[in-house]
Amino acid sequence: MVAAGSGAVAAGRESAVTVRASLPLFRKPSVLPGFGLTLGFTLSYLGFIVLLPLAALILKSSGLGWSGFWAAVTTPRVLAAFQVSFGLSLAAALTNAIFGFLVAWVLVRYDFPGKRLVDALVDLPFALPTAVAGIALSALYAPNGWIGRPLDELFGLKVAFTPLGIAIALTFIGLPFVVRTVQPILQDLPPEEEEAAASLGASRLQAFSGIILPAILPALVTGFALSFARGVGEYGSVIFIAGNMPGLTEILPLLIVIKLEQYDYAGAAAVGTAMLGVSFVMLLILNLLQQWMRSRHAR
Amino acid sequence: MPADTVTGTSVPMPPVRSALSEPGWVRILLIGGALLFLALFLLLPLVAVFAEALHRGFDAYWTALTEPDAVAAIELTLIVAAISVPANLLFGVAASWCVAKFDFRGKNLLITLIDLPFSVSPVISGLIYVLLFGLNGLFGTYLRDMGIQIIFAVPGLVLATIFVTFPFVARELIPLMQEQGSDEEEAALVLGASGWQTFWRVTIPNIKWGLLYGVLLCNARAMGEFGAVSVVSGHIRGETNTMPLHVEILYNEYNFVAAFAVASLLAMLALVTLVVKTALEWRFGDELAATRH
Amino acid sequence: MSLRRLTLLAAGLTLAWLGVAAADSKDSLLNVSYDPTREFYVEFNKAFAKAWQAETGHVLTVKQAHGGSGKQARSVIDGLDADVVTLALGYDIDAIADAGLLAKDWQGRLPNNSAPYTSTIVFLVKKGNPKGIKDWNDLVKPGVQVITPNPKTSGGARWNYLAAWAYAMQANGNDEAKAKEFVSRLFKNVPMLDSGARGSTVTFTQRGIGDVLLAWENEAYLSLKEFGADKFEIVTPSLSILAEPPVAVVDKVVDRKGTRKVAEAYLQFLYTREGQEIAARNFYRPRSPELAAQYAGRFADVKLVTIDQFGGWRAAQEKHFSDGGVFDQIFQMGR
Repeated sequence: MVAAGSGAVAAGRESAVTVRASLPLFRKPSVLPGFGLTLGFTLSYLGFIVLLPLAALILKSSGLGWSGFWAAVTTPRVLAAFQVSFGLSLAAALTNAIFGFLVAWVLVRYDFPGKRLVDALVDLPFALPTAVAGIALSALYAPNGWIGRPLDELFGLKVAFTPLGIAIALTFIGLPFVVRTVQPILQDLPPEEEEAAASLGASRLQAFSGIILPAILPALVTGFALSFARGVGEYGSVIFIAGNMPGLTEILPLLIVIKLEQYDYAGAAAVGTAMLGVSFVMLLILNLLQQWMRSRHAR
Repeated sequence: MPADTVTGTSVPMPPVRSALSEPGWVRILLIGGALLFLALFLLLPLVAVFAEALHRGFDAYWTALTEPDAVAAIELTLIVAAISVPANLLFGVAASWCVAKFDFRGKNLLITLIDLPFSVSPVISGLIYVLLFGLNGLFGTYLRDMGIQIIFAVPGLVLATIFVTFPFVARELIPLMQEQGSDEEEAALVLGASGWQTFWRVTIPNIKWGLLYGVLLCNARAMGEFGAVSVVSGHIRGETNTMPLHVEILYNEYNFVAAFAVASLLAMLALVTLVVKTALEWRFGDELAATRH
Repeated sequence: MSLRRLTLLAAGLTLAWLGVAAADSKDSLLNVSYDPTREFYVEFNKAFAKAWQAETGHVLTVKQAHGGSGKQARSVIDGLDADVVTLALGYDIDAIADAGLLAKDWQGRLPNNSAPYTSTIVFLVKKGNPKGIKDWNDLVKPGVQVITPNPKTSGGARWNYLAAWAYAMQANGNDEAKAKEFVSRLFKNVPMLDSGARGSTVTFTQRGIGDVLLAWENEAYLSLKEFGADKFEIVTPSLSILAEPPVAVVDKVVDRKGTRKVAEAYLQFLYTREGQEIAARNFYRPRSPELAAQYAGRFADVKLVTIDQFGGWRAAQEKHFSDGGVFDQIFQMGR
């Protein structure tokens, strides 16, 4: 997914250039065949699978009217779920920004036995089905689990079925986003500046904060945002370890499911629409971030 | 630190390694920290799956996997993936052809829309089909009158899976094909090849590894999806339970060995995916999209 | 995107699936049930399939779907093709009837209000009862963690809630404000709400959360059987509620699928000696006086109120569990 994410960066760059060049016409002439066929198929498929169903969601919640919609998404329980989902995703994304950077740093800068294996393992959360991650984490961190028991006995710290458990699940699924966005930038960082800094007498710490950090910051922020966005929508890995307590450990996607289970279709659609809106905004911010990154990178 | 700066300034041939690296103990600390974090967060859950699956012995494990409902879940997962992955493959190729080979207005918007399903919560991906095809949905009564069952049946599972895996192949191919340009195709056409010949003999060989890479990721997600299919499946044992859903059901029936046994199959699928993916990256790294590290 | 095209695609997908499933042409029933009946219906389905084959010569497979009772009713309303529903409480079947899928007078179609077995609500505590929980008033004490599923989605949880309410009304001379306060204090001691009874049982027995589980009597006994009587014990409160989980044939579905005969026979089989015996073996209280006597030692003698004291399920649902109802109010008071 991150691979695809950086792919989209490239796609965006190229098309930004080409579209500007082809403004007067709908399509620039080309000798290649198949434009009508492929565009037609793409649009129909996109329309049927993605756009029509999403329109149904918005249509359903629009049935409430603006005031009804507003009332549905501002009940204390929904607001609390927003708070839980966003707050814990934020915490998880911050954890990932720190440790994801550490992992990327270690993978790029150092050599150690088993490095390639570790590198491959980083993508595990992308490949491992979320339900499997959910039951595994829940078994590990439950009060009678491998990690949960010592934490409980030594520190009285409860992880599973508390907000902390949710944060851990979100950290698990979000980690590769940060590593995979930071890693290539770190790899391409030219050594000259660091060498110059070192020869001018700067310490490693100074070189790090003055040269390395500014260079990778855009990538780090992008990885952070990707990890955050994924966390807000995550369901499978969280529900097994979340306590599902309204206002405390009830995440937004679960609230949608609960509303469905209570025959509250319009309410579920309203919360879904609100989340969709938030996703749009985040997608927008991500695109801006990536543009910012490209301009920094091109500098 | 002082030792480094001293050597860095006093020795005529700059010892690049030491100037660009940290003292040994810092390195070990950082490597240790990173590995500990990964072991705790990534490796341990994986180990836990297999340990829990096998802790009553291999016989119990095998029984759990060969039990009829588990077999039905495995079959269903394969069926769903066998329909949704080729569908998205076809779409991915078509979309990347028109996006990468042609310039037209609204291309950026199209690319954004293709990416959209990634930013939608899986639960919403299921919900939208319930709102559309559920008995109380937009087309619910119409479908019922026609005798077509979508939600709580295989078509619903397939649709939800297609939605969540929608962008995988396209996102892989678009940058790759953009990077390769159209020169080779244009040359083939000028030399008298037909459109289809050009596509099969020029384009496909150029993108085959990228295609495989996209299909691999698409398949992993298709077989492992939980949230979206959970909303559209009726959770009928042996009928509309895919493997991830079956894991949840077994888990809720105190049948932890069986739950983790089925989960271990999915974990193995994940491991195979990682191995093939890594192999592809090593072997054909430059034939995949160059934007990847 | 035209409707025709959509239908074509849908039909295509359906055909692709039918091709796979075509080999299966035996009689088949789908029983959509609530959470703790899993083990019971596994055994019952086998017995019925055998009896059905003996009578008609047809091979029968019964498919099962389990989940929180309210959630299951929602799925049926949404088009889950249930031939029969065997849910936790009458209101959930009423909701299906309101959606027009079966006759509104469904409850009169089978004996005993269409509830072939009954159960009640008991407490499951850790062995030795370390917190000394004896009755409902012990649940509101500070420091006692109570595990119950979510009354909005689970049938068992609604029985739990109503049993607590009935106790509070009785203890406070039918003062509603006091009852509300009592139930509110009880739910302040609830650390998490699962969507179904089975989820709560897993939370309590497997995950070690909480001091007491409010559970169906049959679910509590099953836990003892699964995990050993050396880990947990059952506490019967001074007063509980008579839970009548009803069953019904979904008219619209069986008429379309042509399964009415087998669906009706299936439900009637629940009332036979064999059906009642399987229910009793799975810790449901049988209706048949003969079997009730035979299994009398198994079930504690406890004073039981009925749903009629709440004016029936529709009234109870409206007052306590609807949006903005008493349960919502105490939840907002509590937090």
